[in-house]
Amino acid sequence: MVLVLTIITALVGAILGSVYKLTEAPISQANAKAQEEAIRYVAPDFDNNPIAESDTITVEGQHIIIYPALKDGKNVGAAVKASTNNGFNGEIVVIAGFEVDGTIRQYRVLSHSETPGLGAKMEQWFRTDKNNQSILGRNPETCNLTVSKDGGDIDAITASTITSRAFLQVISTAYQAYMKRPLDALSSSTKKSSQTTQPTQQEEANSHE
Amino acid sequence: MNKLKIILNGIITENPTFVLLLGMCPTLGTTSSALNGMSMGLATMFVLMCSNVAISLIKDFIPDKVRIPAFVVVIAAFVTVLQLCMQAYLPELYKSLGLFIPLIVVNCIILGRAEAFAAKNNPFDSLLDGIGIGLGFTLSLTLLGATRELLGTGRIFDITIFPESYGALAFVLAPGAFIALGLLIALFNKLKTR
Repeated sequence: MVLVLTIITALVGAILGSVYKLTEAPISQANAKAQEEAIRYVAPDFDNNPIAESDTITVEGQHIIIYPALKDGKNVGAAVKASTNNGFNGEIVVIAGFEVDGTIRQYRVLSHSETPGLGAKMEQWFRTDKNNQSILGRNPETCNLTVSKDGGDIDAITASTITSRAFLQVISTAYQAYMKRPLDALSSSTKKSSQTTQPTQQEEANSHE
Repeated sequence: MNKLKIILNGIITENPTFVLLLGMCPTLGTTSSALNGMSMGLATMFVLMCSNVAISLIKDFIPDKVRIPAFVVVIAAFVTVLQLCMQAYLPELYKSLGLFIPLIVVNCIILGRAEAFAAKNNPFDSLLDGIGIGLGFTLSLTLLGATRELLGTGRIFDITIFPESYGALAFVLAPGAFIALGLLIALFNKLKTR
């Protein structure tokens, strides 16, 4: 009895191990491809390798990844991946593309678990050019990135204010992370990332006091 | 004739959702749209076919006392293989379906069919039973998903039937799942007894 169960589990374990080995490379390829596609979609036209030169910044325990976009060696903007746990049903992960001056170029919701038919509309809502829905082409410096109910400039998704708040908060976090990033890190290598993160965290902490 | 009966048995006489009322968790959870329901049904059908055949092949080898753990291990293995393969070769499909795949392990239809059918019949009949029950599950999930999507958003498979503003959003949410399922079971039983 014990023998049979041991044989079965060992056999299944061996099968799973080999399938895992077999699919490991294609899976990481597929993931890398999906990530590159998302960056290409949101970031301005670039000719460098944003994934290899990416920079991770930690703000309040959240990891924000900045993928710098360079064209002919010149900084043209970046794609920023950020997340929040303030969604109606949990985590929302968004990648947003910014021009050099911080204007929001494009965004894509990478993963979320918002209610279908309500909060899940955010993928379309904030890019639809209707009333004050769209955030595309806006610069968070001149525009108040909060829902109009809270005195901001953006219309929330009908009946999904919590999702809208969370979404706009992610975009603001991404924007702040992007703008706060020391400019010298853009031109020089990204090896400094560990050093540059420290002051950013410090600043963040100070500004909250 | 007898073979056809095994398949029809799964679709109508022992329809997993409307008659056996098995696997309610994925049924209610994943049917927020017709496409989601159908995808979940097809993924379950694939695992059910594989596990039914595998279990009926090894049934004489497994002592009665440890059959449940053995079955669960076999089922979980197939689900993991499916998940890894889908992630590697069909990343687009995995993106929309990935969340539901691990749910198949805990779907009691699969263990139920392993226990009630595959452990007593030959591999070919078990395969047919897997196809029948799988089809029945897929059809009922698609039907439930389509009903909820239509009443909730006015669309079926993303094709607009009537404007979204006339939809009752509750049907896309959890309470609507129970209401729609209840109505469909009543309808199915009415048609069956006739």
